[in-house]
Amino acid sequence: MTTYQLSHVAALEAEAIHIIREIAAEFERPAMLFSGGKDSIVMLHLAIKAFSPAKVPFPIMHVDTGHNFEEVIAYRDRRVEETGIRLVVASVQEAIDKGMVVEETGPRASRNGLQTVALLQGIEDHGFDALFGGARRDEEKARAKERVLSYRDEFSQWDPKAQRPELWNLYNGRHNMGEHFRVFPISNWTELDIWHYIRDENIDIPHVYYAHKREVFLRDNMWLGVTPFMSMMEDEVSEERLVRFRTIGDATCTGAVDSAADTIDKVIEEVAATRITERGATRADDRRTEAAMEDRKKEGYF
Amino acid sequence: MELLRLATAGSVDDGKSTLIGRLLYDSKTIFEDQLEAIEATSAQRGDEHVNLALLTDGLRAEREQGITIDVAYRYFATPRRKFIMADTPGHIQYTRNMVTGASTADLAIVLIDARHGVIEQSRRHAFIASLLRIPHLVLAVNKMDLVGWDKEVFDEIREDFTKFASKLDIVDLTFIPMSALLGDNVVDRSANMPWYEGSTLLHHMEEVHIASDRNMVDVRFPVQYVIRPQSTEHHDYRGYAGQVNGGVMKPGDEVMVLPSGFTSTIESIETGGGPVAEAFQPMSVTIRLADDIDVSRGDMLCRPQNQPEVGQDIDAMVCWMSESSSLRAGQKLAIKHTTKWARALIKDVQYRLDINTLHRIEDADDLSLNEIGRIKFRTTQPLFYDKYTRNRSTGSFILVDETTNATVGAGMILGDY
Repeated sequence: MTTYQLSHVAALEAEAIHIIREIAAEFERPAMLFSGGKDSIVMLHLAIKAFSPAKVPFPIMHVDTGHNFEEVIAYRDRRVEETGIRLVVASVQEAIDKGMVVEETGPRASRNGLQTVALLQGIEDHGFDALFGGARRDEEKARAKERVLSYRDEFSQWDPKAQRPELWNLYNGRHNMGEHFRVFPISNWTELDIWHYIRDENIDIPHVYYAHKREVFLRDNMWLGVTPFMSMMEDEVSEERLVRFRTIGDATCTGAVDSAADTIDKVIEEVAATRITERGATRADDRRTEAAMEDRKKEGYF
Repeated sequence: MELLRLATAGSVDDGKSTLIGRLLYDSKTIFEDQLEAIEATSAQRGDEHVNLALLTDGLRAEREQGITIDVAYRYFATPRRKFIMADTPGHIQYTRNMVTGASTADLAIVLIDARHGVIEQSRRHAFIASLLRIPHLVLAVNKMDLVGWDKEVFDEIREDFTKFASKLDIVDLTFIPMSALLGDNVVDRSANMPWYEGSTLLHHMEEVHIASDRNMVDVRFPVQYVIRPQSTEHHDYRGYAGQVNGGVMKPGDEVMVLPSGFTSTIESIETGGGPVAEAFQPMSVTIRLADDIDVSRGDMLCRPQNQPEVGQDIDAMVCWMSESSSLRAGQKLAIKHTTKWARALIKDVQYRLDINTLHRIEDADDLSLNEIGRIKFRTTQPLFYDKYTRNRSTGSFILVDETTNATVGAGMILGDY
């Protein structure tokens, strides 16, 4: 006898595909943010499945800080070629060159905050009215309270107190000209769910997620990779270590963790046993203040 | 591993945050950096203990004011199940939030302070859980340590609540005596209450049977998106994508398309990962039909001999969610039901419910924020619906203000009028 049970990952997949199709049906110009990180890779995989055998009916947008991991950019370009999906790049370098933003200076300079400006410019240039993001509610406590469909006003601001109630699977994406929505189809996934799904679906991911040797230095208890984009402080020394990345963002503020996990099963084992959140372990941008994420979201961050 | 969605309701005074903290902590879901962060914040604020409420109160505004303003979602897993927990504040002005959190829940936990017994707030939470048809309700009788682990106190609360619950439509009701603070009967069995022979809370959450809560009888498939590849390889391909809202669909089954009434046969059921032999709730699939008939978004597939109600005159319970307006007869609103948008004209507010006493206020003619009542309305197009008690997907709808675009109402269909 069939039990008619769906595994938890299958149930999450069904929910995400429903959300993606709903947006494609109700919005004029949706786009999907794609960073080359594992969450956006899974989200793109879900979009491909949602419309198969047709092509994904919207483009992907990469907010390019210019401070990238080479492997990740190579991965992005390979994926674009394989899927035939249209790629739109919103460039932070361009925003700096045009004088729209001023770059932070000093050894702790990060382009993370500048991403918001490039992102908003990209939304405006292309007239996107819905932007899929791969944020998960388990990542951070401000995200834990954000809706799947997150309304942004004409200044792209998020107002946590004015969120629309979200009931059953009935999403309300109605909006006026100039306003848009951020849409988070994998809101209910955890880091471990993402990894199980990558394994079950045999999804190709950039190799920086697996253990590899890299020249790194210690700052704020995080291993930062040595890159041409940032200078080391006087007392900092680099060394070669066996590391992997748990998240991938701007290369200047994404830390690596010591790890020997060089296969997906070992990564899953490691993630299941870890006692530190991924953003806590590896993201300098969230450490700036206790409400760092909430503040950035209000300004229009993912 | 199965997914279980649960909703918790209660206030800080009931020990709800402690209970959630206990579940997260004992299931090893609280991470060291999160614990360190709340320890530091507690110390800075001069709190006597590590304040576990800081884990759930995520927003700056909430931490500053010591309140919870919204639904927060928490995730944890045991080897048996993965849990998605919608944590909602329990105060009356947050009825809207509890309705939101309850709408998709399989199980609700209502906290009762053993010292105070069944109070107005507990009755309200239980009523909302039953209104939203959460199939499993757990009454967590907390703070048993403060009443000397007394069986009589527990029995009295159980009797008291059972009497009240008989007025409600609750499918499965479980009482668990516990102390969230000390951990008794949350994850580990209590040594202090040997008289209690039932499950611990976590054990109950892991074992409660939820597979049969879904509607496996009435085939309901609202068409969400029509897939037409426009490529040479798939030149004639036409697939109807959507999420199954009820029943079991198989290739070869005869189906009817609403509103056209045409019938056809399911040729195949596809997913991005290949064809499947059957589809049921809550799978997202693509249905291909044997005949080339006109089907579009908002249509519904069902079985010819088992069709949903088709109608424009609807009788429903509604929870009003707008701060700036109230619901009254004569109002026009947008309505979203399954994958269909229409407009609704409110014909009548029949009564407002006093959600504490369940008393019907018959002379009420409007509903304001957080109020629940029974209304009649007419829609511009027919809806394909079932009673909410029969199907939570085809029996639910939202109301949207056409000027502000805000979601202002949540509705559960009772039938036609």
